[in-house]
Amino acid sequence: MIETLTILLGGVAGLLALASLAGWLLARRASSEEARALVANLNARIRAWWAMVAIFAVAFLVGKTLTIALFALTSFYALREFLSITPTRAEDHRAVAVSFYLFVPLQYWLIADGWQTLFQILIPVWAFLLLPVLAAIKGETDDFLARTARIQWALMLAVFCISHAPALLLLHIPGFEGRNFLLLFFLIAVVQLSDVLQYVFGKLLGRHQVAPRVSPAKTWEGLVGGGLAATAVGAALWWITPFTPAEAGALAFAIVASGFAGGLVLSAVKRSLGAKDWGAMIEGHGGVLDRMDSVSFAAPVFFHLVNYFFAA
Amino acid sequence: MSGGPIARLTGAVLVGATRLLVGGHARWQGCAPEPRQRIYFANHASHLDTVILWSALPPSLRRTTHPVAARDYWDRDPLRRHVARDVLGAVLVERRARRDPLGPCRAALAAGGSLILFPEGTRCGGAEPGAFKGGLHHLAREFPVVELVPVHLDNLSRAFPKGAILPAPIVCSATFGAPLGFDPAEPKHAFLERARSAVCALGRRIAT
Repeated sequence: MIETLTILLGGVAGLLALASLAGWLLARRASSEEARALVANLNARIRAWWAMVAIFAVAFLVGKTLTIALFALTSFYALREFLSITPTRAEDHRAVAVSFYLFVPLQYWLIADGWQTLFQILIPVWAFLLLPVLAAIKGETDDFLARTARIQWALMLAVFCISHAPALLLLHIPGFEGRNFLLLFFLIAVVQLSDVLQYVFGKLLGRHQVAPRVSPAKTWEGLVGGGLAATAVGAALWWITPFTPAEAGALAFAIVASGFAGGLVLSAVKRSLGAKDWGAMIEGHGGVLDRMDSVSFAAPVFFHLVNYFFAA
Repeated sequence: MSGGPIARLTGAVLVGATRLLVGGHARWQGCAPEPRQRIYFANHASHLDTVILWSALPPSLRRTTHPVAARDYWDRDPLRRHVARDVLGAVLVERRARRDPLGPCRAALAAGGSLILFPEGTRCGGAEPGAFKGGLHHLAREFPVVELVPVHLDNLSRAFPKGAILPAPIVCSATFGAPLGFDPAEPKHAFLERARSAVCALGRRIAT
């Protein structure tokens, strides 16, 4: 498996090298102020991609524990971003602190431990019941339902949903033992490639916006062009998965569709909170959640489809 | 900062933990992080305020900027004493002193240092800072060359409200405004109210 993973990561590095070259050429040709700003943002994104790919490559090659820890850290930052721009009150402090200090580590510990049944209900059942109690004890009833719902949403999206990506390492697929990292690679590669290709197709051909008020950058041309291209790449990656080419294509399509839905829904959440980006942590991209929004929807969908149809 | 190796290590841990938990980055809106003698005055919402404002400054300025902090809180155990004295280089004042509480502040300014001051005195739970105490006015009058820089600390009452044991990781930031002018003819209460609204205005600019 390590050889396959090395080949794949080499392929990603090659793609990024091409992107860096293209960005360098574009920067030399950009003449207007607007074009220069666009290319500068593009190049910042490409540089951040190098860093993100390097971090994930190291985690993948070192193994399961580091990969799970890396996703735990991702969830931590995503949760921090979500709650930072969400209007909670001082009375919610206990629920917020418990979310960070108890539920983030516990959720990822359950995955590392392979305790699949509890990992699937920890946040939807136990956190769902416990957190409102902590807030209610404080006795502040103003806006109570909305405050509780915000914290629950934050935990579901930033921790529960994202944790389904490393949870792919738990699945037992007959004839595919010891190679689950390739499933994780498949998911992340298709989601992120779909985001990038939708951005590229949208910038080149985009005319008709999908939901201008929610996310002005999303266009039908970008969605169809980028989505189909990412689906095709997913089908072409069938040889690293336990799937046939047709199954790989269908699963890639499910990842693309749910990833797009995640981007749209999180954009609506973000704008309802009055922000344009979730944060400023990754140069050119915004925050961690700007990069993980599609993963948060695609990971559970992919996990459950694979679990239902392929796992023992 | 006295700057021994242990103090430098504690300082690095403190800044690292601050960045991990609450970010605490600086936004220099009305002035630049220059090595001028200044009094940074800010709203006071949590015990983290001192550390966050200090961490938001670039390392070169931290060495010459002394937070003014309450002795009854920072002198309580050896760890806090070490952080306050050796790492932050804090000026510890008596809140309920019979003697002049501003003495140590004057000494720090006279030695050429800058100060971090929370003119509300105690932490206020509300969204807007409470009334400012007179110390800022006295120091501004006695040291007219020192720049008076308003700072607004954002989100801290949510990250670490009164009575909480642990800070929650919610991103906080420190916004630095334009220096405030000082006119000896202006009445004390008018100056203090102007200083307070300068801090509030920085907070409102973030909210929009």
